[in-house]
Amino acid sequence: MLAATHPTFPDVIVFVLSAVVILAGAVGVVASANPVHAALSLVATLFGVAVLFVEQDANFLAAVQVIVYAGAIVVLFLFVIMFLGVDRRENIEVEPLRGQRPLAFALMAAVLGLVIALAASAHWVTGAHAVSGSTSTGHHTNVYLLGKSVFTTYLWAFEITAGLLVIAVVGAVVLARRPPPVREDEAEGRRAPVGEARDGGERGDGGERGDGGERGEVADVSTHEEVVG
Amino acid sequence: MSLNGYWYLILAAVLFCIGALGVLVRRNVLVMFMCIELMLNAANLTFVTFSRMLGDIGGQVLVFFVLVVAAAEVVVGLGIVVAIFRRRASTTADDLHILKG
Repeated sequence: MLAATHPTFPDVIVFVLSAVVILAGAVGVVASANPVHAALSLVATLFGVAVLFVEQDANFLAAVQVIVYAGAIVVLFLFVIMFLGVDRRENIEVEPLRGQRPLAFALMAAVLGLVIALAASAHWVTGAHAVSGSTSTGHHTNVYLLGKSVFTTYLWAFEITAGLLVIAVVGAVVLARRPPPVREDEAEGRRAPVGEARDGGERGDGGERGDGGERGEVADVSTHEEVVG
Repeated sequence: MSLNGYWYLILAAVLFCIGALGVLVRRNVLVMFMCIELMLNAANLTFVTFSRMLGDIGGQVLVFFVLVVAAAEVVVGLGIVVAIFRRRASTTADDLHILKG
């Protein structure tokens, strides 16, 4: 494989620094009490992964990683966190299920050890080389090779991707839209069952959560007013 | 020439396990989403490493598609979080037991 070529000293430094940034960011995502801090730690991890992409000659993917992940997805996360107003510390000291954390740690340590042991015993990578196109064909750049592959071999998958994105956009709009207020003449027939269902649901909330119940009460009052008026 | 591929594979495995640990341990839905992103990134790093080790561009194409799917997943997932927050005023996964039998 590549065992014959010796890495240069800067490569080792770049890898070690990126690995430290990636792992520190990942631990920060898991261990931050504040969701905003978790999102910022996620940016560190994504940058570290982008550096390792460059290190492995995947230049286009490194750029896309920074633009799409760090630029769009994390901003979307931060937008939702601040839009919902949940940008405050939460108590992560208490364990909702007793013994869950030690079990999760043990499970993940076992999975990690087994995966690495399996991969090492299987010589890390096996299979034919350069089946769907080589990564090093002379003077062509990474972007050229990737684009050629996406628009020839994987064209069908690429076009299905467009459909997926459209579905995601439509789904997000439908999910985030407020339900339209029910007009009285339209709601004549189905008012009673809807009201009952909502009352029952909100009452169930109120028993367990104070603020949720109050919000439910307010919503109920407003709907009753609509009905009366 | 960069390091042997297995260093990258080990790093990706560790990153994936940290992300999975976060999904198992954390209760905030938003943080759980971020941990899923960590796992997707670990998979992407593995794909790029295999792409280099085998000299095959297909791994990088697959990372491209994973990025697209991750973007769509985040958009729909955060839409669901916002819709749930409107009803429950909470982003804790333990509160979402309406469907429990």
